[in-house]
Amino acid sequence: MTRSRYLIIGNSAAGVAAVEAIRQADGKGAITVVSDEDVVNYSRPLISYYLGGRVSEDRMAFRDRRFYERNEVALILGRKAEELDVERRRVVLSDGTELGYEKLLIATGGRPIIPPMDGLRKVREGAFTFTRLSDAKEMLKYIRENEVKEAVVLGAGLIGLKATEGLVERGIKVTIVELADRILANTLDREASAILERALGNWGCKVIKEDTISRVISSRGRVREVVLRSGRSLSAPLLVIAVGVRPNLELVEDTPINYDRGITVDEHMRTNVEDVYAAGDVAQARDFLTGWSSVIAIWPVAFRQGKVAGWNMAGRETRYEGLFPMNSVELAGIPTISFGTTNPPEADGYEILARKDEESCLYRKIVLKENKVVGAIFLGRIERAGIFSGLIKDGIDVSSFKEELLSDDFGLLVLPAEYRKHMVKGEGMEV
Amino acid sequence: MAKAKYRPEFIVQRDDEKCIRCQVCVRMCSNDVHTYYPETDTVISESSRCVGCHFCEDLCPTGAITICRSEPQIKENYHWSGTEVYNIIKQADSGGVLLTGMGCDRPYKDYFGHMVLNASQVTNPSIDPLREPMELKTFIGGKPEVVVIKKSSEPELATQIPPQLELETPIMFSAMSYGSISLNACKSLAKAACDFGTCWNTGEGGLHRDLLPYAHRAIVQVASGRFGVNKEYLDAGCAIEIKIGQGAKPGIGGHLPGEKVPEEVSRTRMIPEGTDALSPAPHHDIYSIEDLKQLIFALKEATRYEKPVGVKIAAVHNVAPIASGIVRAGADFVVIDGIRGGTGAAPTVIRNNVGIPIELAIAVVDRRLREEGIRNRASIIAAGGFRSSADVVKAIALGADAVYIGTAALIALGCHLCQKCYTGKCNWGIATQDPYLTKRLNPEIGARRAYNLLRAWSLEIKEMLGGMGINAIESLRGNREQLRGVGLNEVELELLGIKHAGEAW
Amino acid sequence: MRKPKRIIIREEYCMGCRLCEVYCITQHSKSKDIIKAYRGEEPRPVSGIYFEEKGSVSFALQCRHCDDAPCLEACITGAMYRDEGTGMVLHDREKCVGCWMCIMACPYGVIKPDFGERKVASKCDLCIEAEFPACVEHCPNEAIILVDEEGERIYKEAV
Repeated sequence: MTRSRYLIIGNSAAGVAAVEAIRQADGKGAITVVSDEDVVNYSRPLISYYLGGRVSEDRMAFRDRRFYERNEVALILGRKAEELDVERRRVVLSDGTELGYEKLLIATGGRPIIPPMDGLRKVREGAFTFTRLSDAKEMLKYIRENEVKEAVVLGAGLIGLKATEGLVERGIKVTIVELADRILANTLDREASAILERALGNWGCKVIKEDTISRVISSRGRVREVVLRSGRSLSAPLLVIAVGVRPNLELVEDTPINYDRGITVDEHMRTNVEDVYAAGDVAQARDFLTGWSSVIAIWPVAFRQGKVAGWNMAGRETRYEGLFPMNSVELAGIPTISFGTTNPPEADGYEILARKDEESCLYRKIVLKENKVVGAIFLGRIERAGIFSGLIKDGIDVSSFKEELLSDDFGLLVLPAEYRKHMVKGEGMEV
Repeated sequence: MAKAKYRPEFIVQRDDEKCIRCQVCVRMCSNDVHTYYPETDTVISESSRCVGCHFCEDLCPTGAITICRSEPQIKENYHWSGTEVYNIIKQADSGGVLLTGMGCDRPYKDYFGHMVLNASQVTNPSIDPLREPMELKTFIGGKPEVVVIKKSSEPELATQIPPQLELETPIMFSAMSYGSISLNACKSLAKAACDFGTCWNTGEGGLHRDLLPYAHRAIVQVASGRFGVNKEYLDAGCAIEIKIGQGAKPGIGGHLPGEKVPEEVSRTRMIPEGTDALSPAPHHDIYSIEDLKQLIFALKEATRYEKPVGVKIAAVHNVAPIASGIVRAGADFVVIDGIRGGTGAAPTVIRNNVGIPIELAIAVVDRRLREEGIRNRASIIAAGGFRSSADVVKAIALGADAVYIGTAALIALGCHLCQKCYTGKCNWGIATQDPYLTKRLNPEIGARRAYNLLRAWSLEIKEMLGGMGINAIESLRGNREQLRGVGLNEVELELLGIKHAGEAW
Repeated sequence: MRKPKRIIIREEYCMGCRLCEVYCITQHSKSKDIIKAYRGEEPRPVSGIYFEEKGSVSFALQCRHCDDAPCLEACITGAMYRDEGTGMVLHDREKCVGCWMCIMACPYGVIKPDFGERKVASKCDLCIEAEFPACVEHCPNEAIILVDEEGERIYKEAV
């Protein structure tokens, strides 16, 4: 059995970030990375671009081939970590290989949630989840072989809508079925959802809300039709199930490692078991805004967590300050960026500033609590949106420039001069 | 009656092929000369508003702009110029006093331009300033009649020497008040003066706290308005100058329009914000030479006789006897300011018609003081439109100990002599208090350029001295033999005390 | 990690002329000639500068090349990367898919969306192709200056 100083299960944002962080602090310790996919490196968010034909397979990588060589990483592909023994500090892979470790990082990400549907078990072809490159490739193959012209997508969250976009780009007519009363219910507020839904409609997509699939009808194993809870039925030569992801906890289920919705970690990304860390979509860490711990399955958060975990694993004590949900998505040609609490409950001390121009599909909303920014939506015009991530993180009191927040020209100039000068003195920025 | 349109003094020429519509000129002109029309994607320039400061021309990244002079045109008339006609029209419109800035621009004889310098040939060989020591060091202050040296192992001076200002070069920055010029301009000159080892002058604006680091090289002015004068002010500087008058406007006091008195200026001058700062014509406590003596000694007492106290007057008809009286009244230096001296604001008729050329003033003052045997009691500092190191050398040869430069210093900072200082809209950020405009003068750059000017002129002076076979500036002082007049009549030669070119020793 | 050279902004000297933008655009144009860049080329290149102005305060803001750059963590394609040699944060337009995550992450808001030929992000690259950043070289009032890793000012003449 080979024993590495660092063993990382997972080769996406968190895993790769951890490799870079470890190497910054420790150039020598052996690193092994295990991925259950057969691809050297690819960016998961790009699969919808791949599906839509905007990015070719050779451009899917976010680190080049030689990244692992340069960083002296032993990369194991196409094998899943199935067993974890924290007493003896070893992981057993699907092919029986045993890997020992001194420090372990679990970055296994998430896996798609598949709700119960009658008849789904009988389907062997044509029904897909959409979280892996293999999903996208198989979907494309299926579309080509069967000349698919229409599809049903279950779920109007980020994954469902990105899949929709990819399909529309392939010339497929898509009907979206969503359980909530609006699209992107977990990300945006009512106004923003409405604007985007209209835009999707103009694109030829139909959106059915407050409904879900109760039965899947297939013939000879190939999906053909779906029946909704409302009784309505839709032709479905292709079905994409995208209702959500949950942290991939299989590896830790039979171990003393604590988990809630995700693997619970402290501010150094440590689990309750010594020398075992977790980061990325599988981890449940501090949410900066709420103070509670939650899973924030977003690329920059996963990357940051992986980095912090890596530093801590290599002996460079670093605190994870906590992050908050943030999203950038472009749908039907409308770019949208959102941060934090975009849809606060009534009262509870939240103050909302908003400006909307439905004709031009422009919407700008800032959510304040105690004169600090806790959430924002930029729809249609995203320039300089990032300044708000700084305002949230630094907890800046905005009372002196509240009126400027909604302005298109909002920039650093309205911020207090000392804060601004500190920022532009060229010092390194801390996330 | 047809309402007069004031003819443009400058025409803005734009090479449209080169204009990239970057709109830098549109943004930067404080007189709103240029306007961009997005509908037609063109920039139109309203020449009648152009004052000829050349700021836009210098900024234009493609060099598309040329500013050309344009004389207001009337039928050819030897006696009347277009300018004079339009001045009358303006006065008929407004009933007011015409104001202007900078120095007299009328064609009085340029005496410096009619004097030439000597050089050594054969006898008394030239000195190479790059290879041999060349002393420009100048001391401002009274010198004793006799110097007595105590004989001991180390020679010691027994005579009390009055307080002196030690200058590395005989060029100082003239009095330009904070208020007439911006704080950035003051900082530029103050820093350059300190770095080079010469002095600057606060003018009647008081001493702003940001200038305190440079106060050890500041000559603080006590003018008729007594703006900013208090004990700290007197103690801070290295010398005190009582301003009786200045060359640009002899006989009247300083004038700072209310537009140029924002909060900082108001605080430094100790006057209400937004009010015109009008200095009275006379000091209301000086009505005779005895009063002046009293003030001189009051200031010396207040500063414990540690600093030179001098008096600045405009060069007028009786400048020689007046200077003599001032020296006898106890002044350590006399500043004479000629008709070409500059100002931030003055009535045009006074600026152009009152006072005498500095060349003549230096000559007559120096001669008078020598004739009375009191030349050693005070240094003569000359001011009023020195344009080059040659003017400086000639002034010293005529008898000055040192010179003040004002206009030349501002040109080093960017001034293009548009003469609109009194409007407070100086595009170069010099003669304005508008924060949007004053930012344009980066004091780091200003100090660098003013220092460069001092350096360049000092090197040139050394070259000229070397050429004359002189290795110390004090050997040039009052050395009229080094000068010859060209195209001057007998009276002029006599007044200047120089021979005509062609005449030998 | 090598600390990059940085541009320091001194807003007290910024006149608001925006010549920095003019020269940035020129430097990033195909022809590098100011008249051709403005009158000939379509589309005109996007400058790396965000110019801010309010009343008499103004300054030109560009990428800070942060030590701990959030845009590097947000980029899903690896188009945003740190150049080991210079320590600068650079951007590969070919790799960029215009997802705008970097715009979301940058607390200075200095990354621009370029909706030109291809939808990509755009930001200051400290004029890596030239000897000296064009904006610093041409600022008439030295409001922006270049400093080295120790914070010492670098002058154009020295380069």
